[in-house]
Amino acid sequence: MKYAFFIGCATPVLTANYELATRKVAETLGIELVDIEDFACCGFPLKSVNQEAAMLMAVRTLSIAEKHGLNICTICPGCTSMLTEASKKLEEDQEQRREINNKLKQIGRTYSGNIKVKHFIRVLYEDVGIDKLSKKVKKSLEGLKIAPHYGCHYTKPSEIYDSFEDPELPKTLDELISFTGAESANYENKIQCCGGYVLGVDENISFTLASKKLDHVRASEVDAISLLCPLCSVMYDRNQRVIERRFNKSYDLPVLFYPQILGLALGIDPTSLGLDMNRVKPNALLEKLQAKTEFD
Amino acid sequence: MPEKLYPKFKDEISKTPGGENIKRCFQCGTCNVSCPIREIDEKYNPRKIIRMALLGMKDRVLSSDFIWLCTACYTCQERCPQDVRIPEMMNAIKNLAVKEGYIHDSFVKQAELIESTGWAHTLGEFAKKKREQIGLPVTFKECPEIQEIFNITGLNKITHVKEGKRD
Repeated sequence: MKYAFFIGCATPVLTANYELATRKVAETLGIELVDIEDFACCGFPLKSVNQEAAMLMAVRTLSIAEKHGLNICTICPGCTSMLTEASKKLEEDQEQRREINNKLKQIGRTYSGNIKVKHFIRVLYEDVGIDKLSKKVKKSLEGLKIAPHYGCHYTKPSEIYDSFEDPELPKTLDELISFTGAESANYENKIQCCGGYVLGVDENISFTLASKKLDHVRASEVDAISLLCPLCSVMYDRNQRVIERRFNKSYDLPVLFYPQILGLALGIDPTSLGLDMNRVKPNALLEKLQAKTEFD
Repeated sequence: MPEKLYPKFKDEISKTPGGENIKRCFQCGTCNVSCPIREIDEKYNPRKIIRMALLGMKDRVLSSDFIWLCTACYTCQERCPQDVRIPEMMNAIKNLAVKEGYIHDSFVKQAELIESTGWAHTLGEFAKKKREQIGLPVTFKECPEIQEIFNITGLNKITHVKEGKRD
């Protein structure tokens, strides 16, 4: 199992814990993630400003992966949706592929339309599969209750994702949590967005939206929330104290990337999973697991 | 003076990628009740934005702050019975706004960063050192091809004019 690893920008810059845990888990499971130096922005942040530029940047990314003969594995849902959309459109629409290639020629690239894109969590679910993963569990997470947060672009728009998930009632992350022995929690408004996309436009709306999710998750009495998007983590982990102060609340809710949770079940030590870099320290959760690691 | 209306505005939108289905809207409001932003602040009202666009209120729509408030969660797109594909349509409207010189400052800053570095977030020296310490590769390198894409698509006109027409 070998993929071109499109890590994006938010993960390495803002949530290196996600990157560490993903690389470690992939290595443990024998999934080869190949770093490619020529990759640059996927185009997603420019969609609302200039869709043509966004599309060209996405197809440029696909063309580089194609040159290496590798499908793409992403870990940021924003990149996932942009690259999947481009891959889908150009697979189906030869006319558009010709037009795009005419422009790509100017930067010395070309794309034939053969690259598939998958989020790392989808790779775990579809390519490795729960059966195989179950055999690798070294430490049961029984006793933990974890709230899955799907965010938006992992499941939506569903038309580009070949119906691998139901956007109203998603299940893959729930299943990936519960096979470890942990309980996957149900909570109010589970599919709601984190609000991170409008943080730069209206901070108050953005933080209000994030606080609602934290309220709902807190009410379900879990040990942690689990997610798969760097921007969601920026909202819930990095900004949790900001949100607590702004709305006079107290959450103290650990925010773990799913690969950090899987990593614990695979018997990987917490520091190698970047758990010391989480802003809200998951000490109570680790004590429950008797991992005997405490972070300041 | 009464507001000038542009009856062809809806055609402009429907000819822009993402906006193809705007004329299908029958104002049911499923987008509004599905919208997490609308639930918090009524100034973001996707149904009203579509109605205003269909009525030809081009200047008011394109110069507004509210078109920049869509959080791109796609919940409305999944539920719209007329397949209007609202977030994609909102992108089409924002693309038209940018062409008219209206753009939210946060998007100008982001575009500038992407043009100069190739990425929407970049590593400072401290972060680079930290990555080395914990054994992560430091792969961010400059990308002239991205600048070239900015030139090809005219996006460089935005990044090289600091302020839009917004107050």
